[in-house]
Amino acid sequence: MKKRVLIAEDEPNIVTSLEFLMGQVGHEFRTAVNGEDALRVAAEFRPDLMLLDVMLPLKSGFEVCQRVRGDAALGRIKIIMLTAKGRETEVAKGLALGADAYITKPFATRELLDTMKRLLGE
Amino acid sequence: MSRVRFIAVWIVCFALLAGAGAGGLLAVHAVLAPEDQRELSRLLAAGGNILFVFGVILFAAGGLLADGLVRVYLAPLRRLAESTRLVAGGNPAYRPEPGGPAEVRELYLAVNALAERHETLLRSVEDQIRQARAELDDETNRLAALMSELASSVIVCTIEGRILLYNEHARRVFSGAGVPGYIGLGRSLFSLLDRSLIVHALDQLRQRLAQGEARPVSVFLASPGPSLLLRARMAPVMGTASLQGETREANGFVLLMDDASEEVALFEQRDQLLERLIESARASLASMRAAADNLESFPQMGLEQRARFTAIIGAEAQRLTAELDRATRSHSDLVRSHWSPEQMRAADLVALARRRIEANLGLRTETGDIDETLWVSVDSYSVAQALSFIAGRIRDELAGQDLRFEVTAGGRHARIDLLWAGARPATGTAAWETEPFRSGGEASPVTLRDVLERHRAETWCENDATAAGSRFRLLLPLTEPVRTPPAPVQDSRPEFYDFDLFSQPAPARELDDRKLTQLAYTAFDTETTGLDPAAGDEIISIGAVRMLNGRLLTAEVFDRLVDPQRPLGAASAKVHGISPAMLAGQPTIVKVLPAFYQFCEDTVLVGHNAAFDMRFLQLKEAATGLRFTQPVLDTLLLSAVLHRDLGGHQLEAIAARFGVSVTGRHTALGDAIVTGEIFLRMIPLLAERGIVTLRQAREASQQTFHARIRY
Repeated sequence: MKKRVLIAEDEPNIVTSLEFLMGQVGHEFRTAVNGEDALRVAAEFRPDLMLLDVMLPLKSGFEVCQRVRGDAALGRIKIIMLTAKGRETEVAKGLALGADAYITKPFATRELLDTMKRLLGE
Repeated sequence: MSRVRFIAVWIVCFALLAGAGAGGLLAVHAVLAPEDQRELSRLLAAGGNILFVFGVILFAAGGLLADGLVRVYLAPLRRLAESTRLVAGGNPAYRPEPGGPAEVRELYLAVNALAERHETLLRSVEDQIRQARAELDDETNRLAALMSELASSVIVCTIEGRILLYNEHARRVFSGAGVPGYIGLGRSLFSLLDRSLIVHALDQLRQRLAQGEARPVSVFLASPGPSLLLRARMAPVMGTASLQGETREANGFVLLMDDASEEVALFEQRDQLLERLIESARASLASMRAAADNLESFPQMGLEQRARFTAIIGAEAQRLTAELDRATRSHSDLVRSHWSPEQMRAADLVALARRRIEANLGLRTETGDIDETLWVSVDSYSVAQALSFIAGRIRDELAGQDLRFEVTAGGRHARIDLLWAGARPATGTAAWETEPFRSGGEASPVTLRDVLERHRAETWCENDATAAGSRFRLLLPLTEPVRTPPAPVQDSRPEFYDFDLFSQPAPARELDDRKLTQLAYTAFDTETTGLDPAAGDEIISIGAVRMLNGRLLTAEVFDRLVDPQRPLGAASAKVHGISPAMLAGQPTIVKVLPAFYQFCEDTVLVGHNAAFDMRFLQLKEAATGLRFTQPVLDTLLLSAVLHRDLGGHQLEAIAARFGVSVTGRHTALGDAIVTGEIFLRMIPLLAERGIVTLRQAREASQQTFHARIRY
């Protein structure tokens, strides 16, 4: 089933791969390269799921996550946080702020797709 | 009093004499015939006036005689009594000058003979005690040497936080810039380290002791100054159980402290470095893996897409490699910035390098001219590594086989030369300098250039003038040779030991009722521009020394010059020998007084003619906001209490009486030390007179003071 996915990520090399992957799986997607961009795109694109990098410029992934969760109009967007730090405390923080899943880089695309499937109820 | 008593005795005697005369007359009168009685009455009436006059003359003569006896016998006897007390309790070498009539003089001689025997006996007892103590001192000194050699700070405290003992290292660390408070015996540790921190660590120790742990240690970080971070280890000092079965409790603790600033900084920087590396490695790997997964999962993708993913993998691999290189460099920079060079003899450095070269390269080495007196400050490992690297290049590139080492002095440098029979490198040593060292086949990130930079060293190759060979020269800056550090304490008995304090009670609120022998004192003195503080005379110098447990702590002194901000009186300059030039640039009293206030806090002040000095301090109250409210004892008044009849209460006179040698008279510190020593010798004499507590000493002083004022 076709879903809307927002990729919030500032590393162009991984964005390329994620965009290709989303296209192959058949999702509609948009990309944001910083935190503010991510919030703006989320408001107009109304995604079902967000791939949210923690270390975004302008606004961190944590901030974006908290804003999205605080905005009733945005509804229940599924959020998967991606991080390069991988500290346990950070994972706990992300989940506490409302993320649905947390994936530490590097990850297998299979793992990402499985998590997405689970969250989107497919 | 005794004079009055003598007069009274004479009046009674006279009354008895007169009574006896009158009684005799009455008795004679009673046995006479009536006409004879009348005759006697007539005779008495006629001669009564003469009798009365005779009686008055007799009375006066007797009175004068009695007074004379008092003067001639009693005064020298009283002087003898005071002298005897002084001999017995203060200065056994003191001998009063015999005076008074022959009998009293006899007594003087007898007392002096006794004093002689007393002194001899005392000396021999002292000798015995000294001998007996020598062994104990040896042990104490071994402990002192051990402690002063420790590269850690050691402080031992009572459970209340009073300092019992500290070593030289601790003194240096806590006397450093930015550390508030003073380190000193009997002082509070809490002026140096945060009280709550210590209390917390103590609580932990108690808890672990209660849980039956035999040797609990509590570890914490403390920051007593702005740029000082110490790692402290605290261990309890156990008291002895007084009753059988009673649990022993800690009555003190030992703090062992090391500077952790560098270590912690290095650790933090390393941590940051590692975190940055992990992050960027994860990011790059994520990009690579996603691209690789896509390539694998979607083999049907177009050529263009495939090329894109392949390029991503290549680019990210390069980025990761660069990141790893950067981290490696940062790490070696980090280690380099924290390197601590060691002082060693250049000859020893060469010996180290030779061992390395012979073991690793299989080359034969020998030594030529070696100057054994040259010292360099080096990281011996990396310099030996560098020399070994050079030896390797000489062997591989120039076919050098036998190497000769020489060490010579060249100006302010040590020249370490490597000589071999053969050509020198055609292009100089530049290529060698940037080539990474190799050890065990693996390249190390360090180059010869790094080592040279770090040591401010230089190298070059030249022809060896004396032989048909070449010379590689390493120029290292010379440093001062390391001498065995001088003994930190001059005395055989170190100042730092004072275990008596273990039994010292915690500072009681009723200071006044404490014994003089149990108090901490600060003996002090000031030098001033003149004698009249009210007319604007100012303090130019403050000297003070601490006293504790009957000892002068000569390592804990306060000695400051003060800019009086007014001209010096010519007369006063003659007394203290301080010239205006010496005071130029010194801090003003507003700066110095707070430091002195802290120095003498919680102690009883002792001064000679202290009222004079206190007046100067008092006049600065408004300017500094500091009130010196602690009790003050005055050796001048105490001397008057003890030696009313021995006369002379100037500092010199008292010092002579107590056998205290005077050095540095009329310097504030010199006078403070003399005052302190005199005071310590007064304490046993005061005790003989029943003056034991601070209150008693103050009251006795006050009485004498009033007595002196009245004169």
